[in-house]
Amino acid sequence: MQEYGTQIVAGISPGKGGITVNGVPVYDTVSEAHESHEANASIVFVPAPFAAEATFEALEAGIKTVVVITEHVPVKDAVELMSYAKLMDAKIVGPNTPGVITPGKCKVGIMPANVFAAGNVGVASRSGTLTYEIAASLTRTGIGQSTCLGVGGDPVTGINFIDSLKIFREDPQTKAVVLIGEIGGNIEELAAQYILEENYPKPVVAYIAGRSAPVGKRMGHAGAIVMGKAGTAESKIAALEAAGVRVAQNPSGIANLLAQLQGTE
Amino acid sequence: MQGVVFFLKLYEHEAKTIIATYGVPTPKSEVVTTEAQAREVAVRLALPVVVKAQVLVAGRGKAGGILFAKTPEEAEDAAKKLLGSQIKGLTVEKVLVEEKLPVKRELYFGITVDRLNRCYIAVVSDLGGVDIEEVAQSQPQKIYKQLINPELGFRSFHARRIAKGLGYAGDQMSALADILEKAYKANVDVDAELLEMNPLVETQKGEFVAADARIILDDNALFRHEEYRLKQLQEERDFSPEEFEALKNGLDYVMLEGDIGVVGNGAGLVMATLDMINLYGGKPANFLDLGGGASLQRIEAAFKILLLNPHVKVLFVNILGGITLCDEVARGIIQAQTQFGSSKPLVIRLVGTNEAKGRRILAQADLPVFDSMEEAAKKAVQLAGEMS
Repeated sequence: MQEYGTQIVAGISPGKGGITVNGVPVYDTVSEAHESHEANASIVFVPAPFAAEATFEALEAGIKTVVVITEHVPVKDAVELMSYAKLMDAKIVGPNTPGVITPGKCKVGIMPANVFAAGNVGVASRSGTLTYEIAASLTRTGIGQSTCLGVGGDPVTGINFIDSLKIFREDPQTKAVVLIGEIGGNIEELAAQYILEENYPKPVVAYIAGRSAPVGKRMGHAGAIVMGKAGTAESKIAALEAAGVRVAQNPSGIANLLAQLQGTE
Repeated sequence: MQGVVFFLKLYEHEAKTIIATYGVPTPKSEVVTTEAQAREVAVRLALPVVVKAQVLVAGRGKAGGILFAKTPEEAEDAAKKLLGSQIKGLTVEKVLVEEKLPVKRELYFGITVDRLNRCYIAVVSDLGGVDIEEVAQSQPQKIYKQLINPELGFRSFHARRIAKGLGYAGDQMSALADILEKAYKANVDVDAELLEMNPLVETQKGEFVAADARIILDDNALFRHEEYRLKQLQEERDFSPEEFEALKNGLDYVMLEGDIGVVGNGAGLVMATLDMINLYGGKPANFLDLGGGASLQRIEAAFKILLLNPHVKVLFVNILGGITLCDEVARGIIQAQTQFGSSKPLVIRLVGTNEAKGRRILAQADLPVFDSMEEAAKKAVQLAGEMS
């Protein structure tokens, strides 16, 4: 992240306060760090059993954007976190996310920076490496990204697709949006509803992973499961298409759909 | 990366043991593994009894997994019929012998997670004893939902409101409300993703008893429930032998029906790989996610699991390495090939961190590498097709 230009002012690692890593001072607590340094964001890499604790600490100290990279955060903890974040008027990205990147400006996450390029397509995704796959394909095609938001693979997350659509709506740099979804839950269907109801002013394209997933088996992500009839790829694709969202058959199809859009402008 | 595990579905008898601990009334019952035991239990319980297959599928009643017995002999026969049989693809290894309740009314009460609202939700219906998802589709007005505010939790007044809504008053209202509250407490304490009582029965006497219970534990919370973490490793439950092996090795694996073994880094990427194989006319044999930053050992273990499936004809590795190192993956592949001596064709797509190093390692072993996921998928499908 430092190499990319992100200004990391402090690190927190209980028990390791006092050392310096790569020129960054380390503290035992967030409040100590916050006393000496101004920060408006935090990124949490803490293992799952303690990730909620670390995030609560950051929120309590007044950090307004917390990116939780950690996978396997218990649902109960996530529910409590989201509630407290709301109380503190803060945003959580994740958990189980690769983070956020605004290519050319800032990276708060673990994504490989070299597949991204600055541009004007906003990307919101439930996946990690699938996002890189699609970003790489866009970059290769000369289509850059304004900001990529990893909403994460868990059932309970901070910002979701609808929040992402709102953010991209307000962002002058974003001219089109890509949603990378997957089976499980109904957040894509709700995003489709939002797009329809709001007459969303920017073009949206999507890719939904998991068409081949069987019912009742979870495909990796805690949130990726089809229960009964709910959460199928078909249902998401149908809802999105009904809202005017073009859905790609393959990850590389996203670049084609966007190129077509650019062609018609 | 911590050990990846699957969520833990509990058997009916396990779920009932849990809620009973919290004070929810459940029918008198015992779980048994032989028909002789079933008979013994039926002698001790009040007849008639119900003999219920303990299998981790919904709709076992319709599938013949629930039988009634008026005598101990009938209970023995019922158990004999069920034990060893298959209900929806799962073998019945134990049955629950339970006192049959004199039912007046069947209710539904469940607690699960509402993703959009980021909190738990209580779901209630007076159409209990049937598939709640069907009710939600065909008669949505029969379902009452209440979001559970994380600050407040599910309190006695919430429970009373629901009990009243179901038409109860006075002592019955209090009794039912008490049970709902206790069910909620159980849900919270055990870190359940789902807790259901369907049906929650009102007996002829006006008492409330959970005739069936279902709990799915959040496996991400098993680190704080040692008893259940160990339970998960003790029996296959609804996993195939390969899935169970993967579970024990901390690998995220789902068995499918095809012949192209797939492994990749990242659940979304792997799902997309499976979709792509299908699109090109092939059939994936499995889902297998290495997760991020996989070690040599992990990759070896992954290959081992892939090769356990006798239907696999071709192996397809799809790596887009961010924190996952391409050279580590390459070494893992070589090691696995050496160890397991597989002659099955290997299609490798390897891009990302340390890509050049990784490809050099594979080139030395004469293993070609693809740049493009699409090209690699097409090749894998072609090879599998040639081998049919």
